[in-house]
Amino acid sequence: MATAAVSPGYAHAGEKSASGLWSWLTTVDHKRIGALYMYTALSWFAIGGLEALIMRWQLKGPNGHVVSAEVFNQLFTMHGTTMIFLVVMPLSAAFFNFLIPLQIGARDVAFPRLNAFSYWVYLFGSLFMNSSWLFGMAPNGGWFGYAPLTTMPYSPNLNIDFWMLGLQILGVSSLAAAFNFITTIVNMRAPGMNLMRMPMFTWMAFVTQFLLILAFPVITIALVFLQFDRFFGTNFYTMTAGADPLLWQHLFWIFGHPEVYILILPAFGLVSEVLPAFSRKPIFGYPVMVYSGILIAFLGFGVWAHHMFAVGMGPIADSVFSVTTMLIAIPTGVKIFNWIFTMWGGNLRFTVAMKFAISLVALFVIGGISGVMHASPPADLQQTDTYFIVAHFHYVLVAGSLMGLWGGVYFYYPKITGRLLSERWGNWHFWLTFIGVNLTFMPMHWSGLYGMPRRVYTYDAGQGWDIFNAMSTWGAVIQAIGVIVGFWNIWSSRKNGEIAGNDPWGGGTLEWSIPSPPPDYNFDVIPKVTSRYPLWDVKSPELTADVPHSKHGDERNDVVVGGKHVAAFHDHMSAGTPEGGVNPHSKQAPTKVPLKTAEELGIPMPYPTIKPLWVAFFMVLMFASLLLIHKDKTQLAITGVIVFAVCMTSFLYGWLTSPLEPEHH
Amino acid sequence: MATAVASHAHPPTSTGLDHRKIAIWAFIGSECMLFASLISTYLIYKGRSVVGPFPHEACDPPRCATHLNAILNIPVTSISTFVLLMSSLAMVLALAAVENRGKPGYEGILGSSKLWLLVTAILGTTFLGFQAFEFTSFVHEGLTIRTNLFGSSFFTLTGFHGAHVTAGVLWLLTLLAIDIKRGLQPKDALLVDISALYWHFVDVVWIAIFTLVYLIR
Repeated sequence: MATAAVSPGYAHAGEKSASGLWSWLTTVDHKRIGALYMYTALSWFAIGGLEALIMRWQLKGPNGHVVSAEVFNQLFTMHGTTMIFLVVMPLSAAFFNFLIPLQIGARDVAFPRLNAFSYWVYLFGSLFMNSSWLFGMAPNGGWFGYAPLTTMPYSPNLNIDFWMLGLQILGVSSLAAAFNFITTIVNMRAPGMNLMRMPMFTWMAFVTQFLLILAFPVITIALVFLQFDRFFGTNFYTMTAGADPLLWQHLFWIFGHPEVYILILPAFGLVSEVLPAFSRKPIFGYPVMVYSGILIAFLGFGVWAHHMFAVGMGPIADSVFSVTTMLIAIPTGVKIFNWIFTMWGGNLRFTVAMKFAISLVALFVIGGISGVMHASPPADLQQTDTYFIVAHFHYVLVAGSLMGLWGGVYFYYPKITGRLLSERWGNWHFWLTFIGVNLTFMPMHWSGLYGMPRRVYTYDAGQGWDIFNAMSTWGAVIQAIGVIVGFWNIWSSRKNGEIAGNDPWGGGTLEWSIPSPPPDYNFDVIPKVTSRYPLWDVKSPELTADVPHSKHGDERNDVVVGGKHVAAFHDHMSAGTPEGGVNPHSKQAPTKVPLKTAEELGIPMPYPTIKPLWVAFFMVLMFASLLLIHKDKTQLAITGVIVFAVCMTSFLYGWLTSPLEPEHH
Repeated sequence: MATAVASHAHPPTSTGLDHRKIAIWAFIGSECMLFASLISTYLIYKGRSVVGPFPHEACDPPRCATHLNAILNIPVTSISTFVLLMSSLAMVLALAAVENRGKPGYEGILGSSKLWLLVTAILGTTFLGFQAFEFTSFVHEGLTIRTNLFGSSFFTLTGFHGAHVTAGVLWLLTLLAIDIKRGLQPKDALLVDISALYWHFVDVVWIAIFTLVYLIR
């Protein structure tokens, strides 16, 4: 056991090896890509929030006429699509990128350039989809885009084209990232880190990647059918040709329900990191937490038709999907109880991150319970297409996913930037968000039960909905103020925040053993993992007394890495935070111990490259060319597709034939 | 195996397998769902077309304006299926040739990875030729992708498979180019291995399609 509290070699904040626009465009560093994901997702969060605010302002009182019905359709479609595909998924991806390699003790992801490609596809795809606003042609068919409503006879304009092509592009990004992360987690764990020692966030990320690779192909095919119907006149969704009006709904929800768990499981993972750190206890029932996560994902593929109870599938199908849906409440409930037991008897510290995490546990229960309510078909028939459903899924997605992700932002911002977010601003951010979320979404339960339908752009007075809508609107305003405070906190703390040090919170997992921000190679020596909380094993062994250990790790400990033996324990792991978890460096000037560069350490780093960006760029242009078909420029469209496909393929060949990193021996 | 550990600068992988091998399996898992969606749709829409031509039965007036024959040509497609299956055999031989380069018994034709890669690509292209012939003859008989549900789901399903074969042929030709340029050595076996996994997967999918679309009425 290392006893010497050697001064940590952390970089003082703001010290970066390279900066400037070009270094960001060509980066293949998972940490920088993670940051890009985070800032891009937060930008879209502002846009998606603005869309919600406009809708709420319209619905503030009866007979509101801020926007027209058509614009309202575009607003709710783009609000949903933006928040799901451009905010919550990429914000989760930001954490996948940043955290997975750090948590498993790796120096990067398995395919660094593919990782950059995923980000650029996401960025260009999101810009493409939102460029529709400039033409006044934003998607208007709902985030679920039900066919046949979205086929040519009923939606003849470009709105739906932007939507389906945009989703297709974003699917490429998610799939490429998922293959990458699966490989990373399967193959790049540090010695001693077997599957049942992986941090909970990495576990939930792992499960999420499987949901992604299995669910996204289904929506891809549903969208291909829609594209073929719209562009080439096929009959997949043409009722007069004998098509099944439920085909789209089935395909969409076979994707759509796993998608719900794609949105929530990463937040569950983050909460499972935050709660143990601020309770100073290992997570309660780790194996059960893992299994319940897997079970949620598995069952998640067998419940899709509960979105379709109202279409009349018959009593047998309704019963089966009702039962499977209720079953999911079991593993989810297990998670809730395990989080509570993690806090039980712990040495609790109510930081902002902790408050966000606890609010997920508390508020997700509300959304979960209303979910069980409409798992029952007779109840669902009353609730479906009303604001009750809107209340339900905002409780799981905003009060659930987003609260967890904010908790993750507060928890990991110091690791990303080297500086802590302000707790003072953070408390304002948290309480405004917490009050705003409940004031917005709780009254929607009532407006829904009083019969207010979803997606109406205005309503008459005297139906008992007025007060609830007014409350929701003011709640949304409070949320917006909270978000502005949060953004201000992120902006100002990156220069003015307190220096974080390696381990500001007293965490137990590997990411806290290295400097903040981490050097580009992450770990100068690949760590050896002795239990689920390797850092606590070194710094606070009493915390991990009940956690399974192997004294000597596994047989792969004696390997040579980068010309060095993997050390038994690492001095730098013992540095940083003493007992109690208080950041000792908070009021001190940073110890300016310059970090060694990768070159000095003999660690091969991948070359920066612009090629993934160009491949992504031309791929998006290739999809975008298809829009011209509906402008009666089919030949130009085909030319565009071919030209951009050739450009894309040549950059792809350039990428695949150039070496990833310098030759090494 | 364990080719990834060749360099000392990177830690050995947790499984001992190369990253690309894990990734291709994940990719194939994802592709299964892609083809499952396509095949399910074909099966759901089977027998729901309101106008002919139909896959297995003729269509006569008054249901159809004129007499339309059953459209699937099972003998011809059986040949193309055989061709595609034989390409998998050639793929196996190509991989064996690269893996065993220089070993006894692999001096002659058996050790010529260039030959077997070329044969695989040619057989794949032949399959695509059969498909092009099939598509054009269907169009001449009055079945396009717009005609009916059968046409839409059939051309989309088999077209997607054909696109996968095309990608595979390009991949094989790329490998062939590398082989001609610098010669594929046993240490490069992984490059051939992952392309072979993809190629076999595309073959297996065709077996499912041939059975469900062509053989079962």
